Amino acid sequence: MTNTLKLMQVHSDYQGQQVLKGLSLALEQGEILALLGPSGCGKTTLLRAVAGLQAISQGEIQINGRVVSGDSQFVPSEQRGIGMIFQDYALFPHLTVAENILFGVDKLSAGERQVRLDEMLTLVKLEGLAQRYPHELSGGQQQRVSIARALAYEPQLLLLDEPFSNIDAQVRYEMMAEIRSILKQRNVSAVFVTHSKDEAFVFADTLAIFNQGIIVQHGSAEALYAAPNSRYVADFLGSGNYLPAAVLDGHRVATPIGHLTSLTPLGLPSEFSGTVFLRPQQLTLSADEQGVGTITERRFLGAFCHYWVKIEAASHAYYVEVRSQMMQLTIGQKVGVTTEPHSLVLFES
Amino acid sequence: MILGLARSWSLAGYAVATLLVLPLVALILQALQPDEAVFGHLMATVLPTYIINSLLLIFWVSLGALLLALPCAWLMARCEFVGRRYLQWALLLPLAMPGYIVAYVYTDLLDYAGPVQRSLRSIFGWNSPQDYFFPDIRTLGGAACMLSLVLFPYIYLLARTAFMEQSLSLAHASRIMGCSPWQSFWRLSLPMARPALAVGVALVAMETAADFATVNYFAVPTLTTAVYDTWLGYGNLTAAAKLSAIILLVVFCLIGLERFARRKQQLFQKQSRIQASDLYRLSTAQTTVALSFCVALLLLAFLLPFGILISYAIGYFEQSWDGRFWQLSLNSLSLALITSLICCLIALLLMFVRRISPRPSDVLPSRLASTGYALPGTVLAIGVLVPLTMLDFAINDLADLLGLNGPGLILTGSVVALIFAFCVRFVAIAIGSVESSYKRISPSLDMVSLTMGQSPRQLLQRVHLPLLGKGLFAGALLVFIESMKELPAALLLRPIGFENLATYVFQFVSDEKLEHGALAAIVIVLVGLVPLIYLNRSLEHHS
Amino acid sequence: MKWVTCAAIVGLMSVGHSANADDKLTVYSYRQAFLVEPILTRFTEETGIGVNLVFAKDGIAERLAREGRLSPADLVLTSDFSRLVELVDKDLTSPVKNTQLESNIPAQYRDPDGQWYALTMRVRNLYTAKDRLGPQQITYEELADPKYKGKICTRSGKHPYNIALVASMIAHHGEAEAKTWLTGVKSNLARKPQGNDRAQVKAVKEGLCDIAIGNSYYYGNMMQDPEQKSWAEAVTINFPNQADRGAHVNVSGMVLTRHAPNKANAIKLMEFLSADVAQKAYADVNMEYPVKADVAPSTLVASWGEFKSDQLPIFKLAEYHQAAVKLLDEVQFDL
Repeated sequence: MTNTLKLMQVHSDYQGQQVLKGLSLALEQGEILALLGPSGCGKTTLLRAVAGLQAISQGEIQINGRVVSGDSQFVPSEQRGIGMIFQDYALFPHLTVAENILFGVDKLSAGERQVRLDEMLTLVKLEGLAQRYPHELSGGQQQRVSIARALAYEPQLLLLDEPFSNIDAQVRYEMMAEIRSILKQRNVSAVFVTHSKDEAFVFADTLAIFNQGIIVQHGSAEALYAAPNSRYVADFLGSGNYLPAAVLDGHRVATPIGHLTSLTPLGLPSEFSGTVFLRPQQLTLSADEQGVGTITERRFLGAFCHYWVKIEAASHAYYVEVRSQMMQLTIGQKVGVTTEPHSLVLFES
Repeated sequence: MILGLARSWSLAGYAVATLLVLPLVALILQALQPDEAVFGHLMATVLPTYIINSLLLIFWVSLGALLLALPCAWLMARCEFVGRRYLQWALLLPLAMPGYIVAYVYTDLLDYAGPVQRSLRSIFGWNSPQDYFFPDIRTLGGAACMLSLVLFPYIYLLARTAFMEQSLSLAHASRIMGCSPWQSFWRLSLPMARPALAVGVALVAMETAADFATVNYFAVPTLTTAVYDTWLGYGNLTAAAKLSAIILLVVFCLIGLERFARRKQQLFQKQSRIQASDLYRLSTAQTTVALSFCVALLLLAFLLPFGILISYAIGYFEQSWDGRFWQLSLNSLSLALITSLICCLIALLLMFVRRISPRPSDVLPSRLASTGYALPGTVLAIGVLVPLTMLDFAINDLADLLGLNGPGLILTGSVVALIFAFCVRFVAIAIGSVESSYKRISPSLDMVSLTMGQSPRQLLQRVHLPLLGKGLFAGALLVFIESMKELPAALLLRPIGFENLATYVFQFVSDEKLEHGALAAIVIVLVGLVPLIYLNRSLEHHS
Repeated sequence: MKWVTCAAIVGLMSVGHSANADDKLTVYSYRQAFLVEPILTRFTEETGIGVNLVFAKDGIAERLAREGRLSPADLVLTSDFSRLVELVDKDLTSPVKNTQLESNIPAQYRDPDGQWYALTMRVRNLYTAKDRLGPQQITYEELADPKYKGKICTRSGKHPYNIALVASMIAHHGEAEAKTWLTGVKSNLARKPQGNDRAQVKAVKEGLCDIAIGNSYYYGNMMQDPEQKSWAEAVTINFPNQADRGAHVNVSGMVLTRHAPNKANAIKLMEFLSADVAQKAYADVNMEYPVKADVAPSTLVASWGEFKSDQLPIFKLAEYHQAAVKLLDEVQFDL
């Protein structure tokens, strides 16, 4: 089975700066991929390269097995069969909702166009608004029109460029779930660019973390969260604590809070010494006068508390962030710190 | 942008731009020719005076226009008083008045035989010019006054906008720190408005440098009249081209100033606008002063000359209302219409190429094409005739070679030369207008339409054209008006025997009997009012 | 894009077509249409040859030179002599040898080689304020006399009529003396040179100055204009230098262009213009002195009396034309 989208060692320059530096990626039919990275890391450049709106200087891009950008090969945007959804929705202000949706299907007969229109309006739940102009719609409605317009064109691949950032936080996730189900229903592959991990988690099947022109890690959201392959990925997907760790054997490491045991084999040589990465919710606290830690700060957040705990080691003091459901601990109190059983993540120092 | 954009778009852009920049190149080449010492003779005799006159005129007009415009702009932007709403657009009216018409009217009023001096003589019992002193209007100073009166609205418009956009909290801050309103104006508002003022002054100075008719009528020899005389009087094209090159030098300096000022202007632009409640309410005494200044200015710059024009037209209605009048109007109208149409097509092509081309170098065609605006009509005429004459001969040579009957002077002997010149001079206006409309169209729209299988031509037709409609119309309107008004280029390039309203009116002005051409002059002014109304409406919309 | 190109080509062709459409004669004229048109209409009536008349105030020579062999013009009519010479100097004329022309136009009023032919004569008169100066035995030289300080009005020195006058001064007195004279005249001016000849007479009437320099026929024309009659009545017409060399005379004239497409018919028109009908019309309509000896000036013009004209051959003026222009620049006459 060919991939819907395949990028191989793609390089691209934008205004004299190398933005993509040998990027590789593959997307299955029907897969929704989130490209996640900070602003200015080249996510949009990548989308534009896929759409044929930006040249690549090296490498190859394939869509459904066909080379669209590559050595001496270039398929213009209008022949790539791609749909694109923009941050500003990019609705044509001079056309009605119906005209916008039917913009790309002008080769169909009038009857077929009507069928397509009705189908799309139903899909995005905008029945009855066909004759409105974009400025008469709310932001969410506009977004749905832009999706209907892209889908009406029946693209093989849908590209979404931060499509939800202009939508009110209240309805954003609801909207994302709605659109995700539309895409899934029609089995459309999509690449979704965002800088928000929360959006990526909600919307995408797989995540690709993007940094400085390359994909750092690519995989399911769970896999990436649980087993980041670098501190960059680990931090990007949520805060965490780093403590020095020395491998004792196949499952255990020694740390300032004591010996920790991994659920899965560490697969590291026994002389390895680095840091262990622990998410705040993977640590547990207990009131213990003999404990290694002292509470230095407490923040009540409703369902749980955030504690900052100072851990005195032989030569150094470490601070760790702990998310705990124990509400009664107070500042200055001595605590014991242990971990929930999980697969430990270790990085080189 | 469109990758893999068919080169033909870009090539078409370059071809058009080359054509439009041809006059400038021809002029410079012509100026580099040897000229049988005519230029040397001019240099040794009258040229220094011409240059000094031109520079003095530019200086005085800029200063005069600035002094007239600043108080108005401040009052309209920051104060509230009776009549402000009407005055704020009425003060733009003088822009519709060609300088030479105002000059004629004031000469008629103020010269020795005019009503003003006549009544002074009868009141004081003076008999001859030796008995008293009265300033002569047909002088450099007089020309500067006339041009200031009709050109000040450029500065007024820009300054008013600048004052309106200044953040009020800055003014409040300065007042809290102990500045009087005057100090606040001098230390804060004025310096912040400086870039806008510089742009306005540069525009006024460029218009002054290009003026031919007013100084010609006042017999104030400047570089523009010198070009005319040297070309047609001495019959020396090269010397005329050399003079033109001097004018160009002046104009390009002014453009440099304008560009520099515009660059800085962005630093000062603020989104927040002054609310109606923030305006200073003027006391009765203050209102009287403010009103009398603005009304007097409006009276002098527009109402009085226009009223006199109307009285001329009524008095000489039979002489002006004949078949010729319709023919002339038709000539002017069709010339202006064709010009604005072509300018819009060119602007659309060039800006489309610039918009969609992935090659940064493709800004060049639109930049090149815009340089024509810098060429004063007299100078442009030379630049247009030189290459077109060559082309005419080439066409006829080719016809001879093919054994055909040569078509004669199909370019320089017809309105083609005139239309071409108008396009060179005014396409920049259309380009500017289309450019600013394009800025408001999100680039995502291009991408959407391209990813949905639309070709560049379809993109232009289905997306850009409908969205640019307003901008194109505004551009076409401005080009239309300018083409109706443009005098020197029409004077020099019209096919022999061809007249339009502007050349017709000017002939009456130079024959000292505008009374007979007043009707035509009124048409020119009225047509000039249309864009002002349009401009005002869009400004109102804004605020 | 294709239809634009097609439209452009069709447009050009139709323009070119109309430019070349007829076999009419084309006349470029420095003389105003209302003057020439009645005469040309007569010509068409008599011969059936149509004439396109195009008037331009300036630049005909420059235009002819540029148009070269493609020029549609057959004939150029000028309103003064310097422009005839300019055309000859620029090699824009064809010589015409024609017995009828030669018999109609006396030898001093045509080029020996037939490059140009004069049609009418006019005197450069000095008009004086009737109530302040009255008739004067005045000379051009006296215009520089300090007694007339602030009393003289004239049009631009660069106007061909004035250039010719200055050229005649150079011819008679030499360049140095002419310069002194011109400086003197400039310092006597009541105002900066401006307006046309009539405007100077008007200025005398208004009392702005006492002496106006102007051509003879303007006096007659103003007499016939209801509005301007009062101007003319405020002045006396004087023929200068009657005690010595005579008044400065200028001529209007015609040339056959070098590339005239229709030479034979053009010569017919030239003959017509030099013959009685046209000469009489010039005399009556525009109050000029006809060159044809047996055609009398109009009664009005004749009433101004006989006068002595400067016998300096007209082509001599041509020799000093450039010198005169430069002199005017040097003393900054118009500034």
